[in-house]
Amino acid sequence: MTEHTGPAIQSARQRVTQKTKAPVWALLFESIVRGVTGAVILVLFFLMGTILFRGGGQITPEFLLQAPRDGMTAGGIFPAIMGTFFVVLFMIIMALPLGVFGAVYMVEYSKGGLMSRIIRAAVNNLAGVPSIVFGLFGLGFFVLFVGRNLDYHIYGVPRTAEEVRQIQAELAPLRAEAQDEAMALADEQDIVDPAEREAFIEQYVEEQMPAVSRTVFGQGAMFWAAATLAILVLPFVIVATEEALRAVPPSTREAAYGLGATRWQVIATVVLPQAKPGILTGAILAVARGAGELAPILFVGVTFFTPGLPLTEPINLGLFSIPVVNPFEEFMHLNYHIYTMATQHHDPIGTRGIQFGTTLVLVALTFVMNLMAIMLRRRYSRKG
Amino acid sequence: MSIAIQHSPQANPAPAGGKASDKAYLQVKNLSVHYGETQALFDVSFDTEKHCVLALIGPSGCGKSTLIKAINRILELTPGTRIGGDVLIQNESIFGQKVDLITLRQRVGMVFQRPNPFPKSIYDNVAYGLRIHGVKDRPTLDEVVEWALKQAALWDEVKDRLRTSALDLSGGQQQRLCIARALAVQPDVLLMDEPCSALDPIASGKIEELIMRLKQDYTILVVTHNMQQAARISDYTALMWLGKLIEHNRTEDVFTNPKEKITEDYITGRSG
Repeated sequence: MTEHTGPAIQSARQRVTQKTKAPVWALLFESIVRGVTGAVILVLFFLMGTILFRGGGQITPEFLLQAPRDGMTAGGIFPAIMGTFFVVLFMIIMALPLGVFGAVYMVEYSKGGLMSRIIRAAVNNLAGVPSIVFGLFGLGFFVLFVGRNLDYHIYGVPRTAEEVRQIQAELAPLRAEAQDEAMALADEQDIVDPAEREAFIEQYVEEQMPAVSRTVFGQGAMFWAAATLAILVLPFVIVATEEALRAVPPSTREAAYGLGATRWQVIATVVLPQAKPGILTGAILAVARGAGELAPILFVGVTFFTPGLPLTEPINLGLFSIPVVNPFEEFMHLNYHIYTMATQHHDPIGTRGIQFGTTLVLVALTFVMNLMAIMLRRRYSRKG
Repeated sequence: MSIAIQHSPQANPAPAGGKASDKAYLQVKNLSVHYGETQALFDVSFDTEKHCVLALIGPSGCGKSTLIKAINRILELTPGTRIGGDVLIQNESIFGQKVDLITLRQRVGMVFQRPNPFPKSIYDNVAYGLRIHGVKDRPTLDEVVEWALKQAALWDEVKDRLRTSALDLSGGQQQRLCIARALAVQPDVLLMDEPCSALDPIASGKIEELIMRLKQDYTILVVTHNMQQAARISDYTALMWLGKLIEHNRTEDVFTNPKEKITEDYITGRSG
């Protein structure tokens, strides 16, 4: 063994073996870090504590299972809970296949060309768009463009003033005929008072004319709200799926290809089954995010009050019938309920309890969904 | 990026079957491979006899793995790969117009460097190849799974737990499972890319025994870094060096009487 005795080496050894004292700035830094952490935890506890303390007493079976009544000052929030649940359900039904297919395309099919770079840029930018912009987009695209055009092509509902005039012109002879009939009827029934006569004629004509303003799709609805939220959470689903797909080791893909599997078989039998927990985790996080948003659905179907769930004709199975949610109706939502109770209600102080109760339900719902995501991920990582 | 496959048009029409083609069961002709700008294989040509073991030796990065991955055309999955030259199995080009990739990969099985079982049960791993080729019949699957596991000398160890996850097996067992999985689709040729490099000596010994037994029914190409292993298990040995084939001969000749200086240096450990 050679001794290292050069002066540089000796001083280095001294520096390394010497017990170093922490300088003042290090202590300062440490205490700042501790303080900030403590402050964050304190804020969280204060927030949660307030919601729990003031909302907890509100949670009764009645609150959870009944509609609001007495001018929204009593009753429960059942329609809002179900509205939130269903809008998020429809959202994930739309976003999951779209996001998974998009990610499968990017990871498995595209060869890193222009197309996939465009998609990637789009996904990244989509994630950064303020959520109110999604709301405006939902109104402009889904309700006004898609919805109004569907109404026009299916039910002949006019879209523009020009079309309204056109239809009125087409209906003019019919209207004149109805007017004549109405006047004859008025004469028959001896209606002489001018105001009364005019009202009678107008009512009769309206009854005779075919309805032209029956909007079905061209209005805010749960379906459009779900579609808007689906676009909002699409980047989350795509990114989570992409990560899960890339985490599948190339060696298992090679093994499948080596046995003669086609690309589709490799994806369906090897890649997707292994990526499933990761995809599910992404989906649940998307659900939690979607449930917490209000701005995107503000203009596309959320409403102040509905007495119950928007339902269509139930499916009758003889012994019992299954209620079916009508996705083309307006709906109540927990987030909007909190907002309206706090800012639009005639008695925002008196309904504080309801506000806190609704908040607690919302927080609990989101918390449960996040918990599910964490448990899934943990199960996944333990297996891998 | 697209994958371009260039290969010389097949000039000589094949003589039909017979002993002559057994001598040259698998023919590699002027095979060159480029990864983008880098050339990985230079004009490699050799023939392999039917039901023999050919060991490919050479230092890391010399193109051994590239060569065997070209033979079941799994190499083409890597974007930017260009292949020139030809590979013939029983006088039929694997790059021919009417060659079906799926059939080719069924005929030319592959075992990889690291055991890569699917995260499925032992049974489902072995049955995978048959299932993707459309076999659903339960008794057939049962029979083939048992046969393949016996071929791979794994049956006795796993017969009571076919439904448990393949990932619970030891490394050596996993590698034999991968061999069974490759055998289940009834290949003619087996490509093995350093099948023992991730295994301990006892597990390696089992795989070696297995290879020597399997050559009665299969033509085997095995890449190895282990000179003793090549000497023990192979009938022929080929030395690769920087993408070129340096020497290809009967194993005892390569090891006892090498013709090339590079071969002599490599097998005696003076280089590489």
